[in-house]
Amino acid sequence: MLAEIGYGILVVTFIVALYSVGAAIYGERKKSPAFVESARRAMLLTWPLISLSAATLIYLLVTNHFEVSFVYEVTSREMPTYLKVTAWWGGQAGSLVFWSWLMSAFASLVTLRKWDRDREFLPWVIVVTSITTAFFLGLVIFFENPFARYWQTFDGQVVASMFAPANATAFFPQDGRGLNPLLRHPGMIIHPPMLYLGFVSFVIPYAFAMAALITGRTDDRWIRLTRRWTLWAWLFLSFGLVLGGRWAYDVLGWGGYWGWDPVEIAAFMPWLTGTAFLHSVMIQEKRGLLKHWNMILIILTYALVIFGTFLTRSGVLSSVHAFAQSAIGPAFFAFIGATFITSIALVIYRWPELRGETEMKSMLSREALFLLNNLLFMSVLVICFWGVIFPLISELVTGQKVTVGPPFYERATAPLFATLMFLMGVAPLSAWGNSTLLTLGRALWKSALAALAVTGLLFFTYTKNAIALIGFFLIAFVLFVTLIEFWRATRARMNAQNENFFTALLTLVGRNRRRYGGYVIHMSMMLMAIGILGIEVFQIQTQGTLPLDGSLKLGEYSVKYESIAQFTGPDNRQVTRAVVGVYDQKGNYLGELHPRIDYYPDAQQNMTIPGERPTLRDDLYVLLVDWQPVSANGATFKIFVNPLVNWLWIGAIIFFFGILIAAWPERESEVVPARTKRVHQPSAAD
Amino acid sequence: MGRMKFIIGGVLILAAVVYLIASSTQANAEYFMTIDELKARGSGVIGKNLRVSGAVIGDTIQYDPQTLTLTFEVAHVPGDNKEVDAEGGLAAVLHAAVVDPNRSRIKVVYVGPKPDLLKNEAQAIMTGQLSADGVFHADELLLKCPTKYQEAVPSQTGG
Repeated sequence: MLAEIGYGILVVTFIVALYSVGAAIYGERKKSPAFVESARRAMLLTWPLISLSAATLIYLLVTNHFEVSFVYEVTSREMPTYLKVTAWWGGQAGSLVFWSWLMSAFASLVTLRKWDRDREFLPWVIVVTSITTAFFLGLVIFFENPFARYWQTFDGQVVASMFAPANATAFFPQDGRGLNPLLRHPGMIIHPPMLYLGFVSFVIPYAFAMAALITGRTDDRWIRLTRRWTLWAWLFLSFGLVLGGRWAYDVLGWGGYWGWDPVEIAAFMPWLTGTAFLHSVMIQEKRGLLKHWNMILIILTYALVIFGTFLTRSGVLSSVHAFAQSAIGPAFFAFIGATFITSIALVIYRWPELRGETEMKSMLSREALFLLNNLLFMSVLVICFWGVIFPLISELVTGQKVTVGPPFYERATAPLFATLMFLMGVAPLSAWGNSTLLTLGRALWKSALAALAVTGLLFFTYTKNAIALIGFFLIAFVLFVTLIEFWRATRARMNAQNENFFTALLTLVGRNRRRYGGYVIHMSMMLMAIGILGIEVFQIQTQGTLPLDGSLKLGEYSVKYESIAQFTGPDNRQVTRAVVGVYDQKGNYLGELHPRIDYYPDAQQNMTIPGERPTLRDDLYVLLVDWQPVSANGATFKIFVNPLVNWLWIGAIIFFFGILIAAWPERESEVVPARTKRVHQPSAAD
Repeated sequence: MGRMKFIIGGVLILAAVVYLIASSTQANAEYFMTIDELKARGSGVIGKNLRVSGAVIGDTIQYDPQTLTLTFEVAHVPGDNKEVDAEGGLAAVLHAAVVDPNRSRIKVVYVGPKPDLLKNEAQAIMTGQLSADGVFHADELLLKCPTKYQEAVPSQTGG
């Protein structure tokens, strides 16, 4: 009964969403505010409705209603309640409901704002967001229904469907199959929602871009209205990616965090276009340039967001077969194709109106360097896209399927990432409009010299690896440039306003949030780069079978096998946990680690969970590979030392604060930063 | 003149990216093959970077924890999605491959921790090289167990 109610609500919501699309278009064409208002209210109704349906689904999940096929697939009696709740987004059908739920929430939030000055955008924003919500609801209703139940037909077969087939009786399985053990991890509980939040919030700037194109109000108003949305979207997406990496590091047991898997790349591609977009909108705001480009970037981001949802949700990871088996593939491609073609057609239609207001003159001006930054991000995108589709192309052309692995991506993107880092140091110091080598050189030589000194020091004390030294030089360069920028502006304020250091720094950042928030983000990226460089270049590993009290040496560490124990953990998993002591070179005891193997009887699967000893210098990562059950006196371990990797996670936390600074609400009348001139103020745009 | 500079700059970037893609693809290409194709090509593919997919035969799995050497055999499965679907889906195809004694098989050697998902009728996707004695030396081993997670209907019965 509950399943029917949940499904019924989704059908009603689908109709309501379609109505709001129709009413918004009709109201806009007939100049009838009443219809637009009706469309707005209809759209505001979608979120409570989907919430109700989702509540029904969660109730079914938590109360072991295994006659519902989705509940059977993702939960089991042994799972704790919080995992049953999060199983909502653990399977495809549920996660599509989750997507629509987030989409309707964001659409509602955006329609609740004050619209006085931008009333003409409203109907079109409703149209775009409601179409997107309706698309995902349609997938749920017609293809991937989480409320479908099991029925036993008269010949004994069990089928899953919403309504009872002829002569069939309801079928109640005893227990569910349980969530994939890999997904029963705190990182996996928050990683997908973060990614989805990022995906969904990018729909909002896209909706405003479309509204701007349709209404012909093609100035930068749409960008200013959605600036903070874009930043939040970017934050969520970035965090989703980092959390996914952390999850892989803690759960997958291969000592890495990123494997250039097609699914990872699918989430990474909208991040690339989104990051390019964040930078290039600044050129439009400040110089009135690149308007076509910004439109194309946000359209691409939207298409890649939908594509990413499809890839991450089309079933088993990295399985090409899942596409064929799932009915939603063609629907996704049709939707992506239709929205993409419509959007590009609109850009072409408005092409003359989107011409730049000024011209780019100097190759070293800030806008030219931003353009270069954009081209580099797009190049990385092209490389990623090429890597994903290359097997298809090669099969079409030569008949032989050829794939490319992680070395391809690393080799092809590394020079581009290095150039991007260099730009991160140079661009903030170049001037809008015109810069010369002389002015840039004058601003940069101190940082470059200091970075060179650091690199020299590292050469004699730490490493002779060329790639690492180039990387460390770039990192030091960007950090020096940024810190000097902070220091110079703060000191100027201290002298001019007679403030102490902290007041000056806080006021400075508070008055120019976007600029200094951006700088903090750049610095956090450099910290993350330290971590990536560390694990990519300096990772060492060893493995071996140890008797009790036997030791294995790796780098500066010595790991001693002390004991092993087996016990039953929560949710009935069988835990085999080893205790190993960690010693430094001189034999000093540093602590103990507990690498373990968890066996999940409901899923008949092992999970190998590493013991980790994180320090700022490196991360000791110990895996229990195998053990002899009879005497329990021999166990096999694999050990990694991942130098500097923890800076990756530290950088991610600082990144979060950088975004907070940049995205924190400001009063509408922004203070014009002293060193830059604006083409126009927000109020002058109307 | 000013415009020319930008066009030249753009062309240079484009050329650099094309070069990066082309050279990296060439250096890191892995030929995706089924086991039948591998056998048909014979000595022509020895030493090349290959990516091979097959069904794991449970009885052949051997693991030596002293040396972390894992050996097992895999049986041929079709590489084409349509073919797999026509034969009743991946789970059915894997099962058929394992029980059929006439399917072509190869021996695989992998050094490292034994993957959690390695079991009978799992699909193994392996990256590595074929040596002259016909043994496939895997550098990377990816496993999928469709029988567990793509089962269409429950097997247990109840009230």
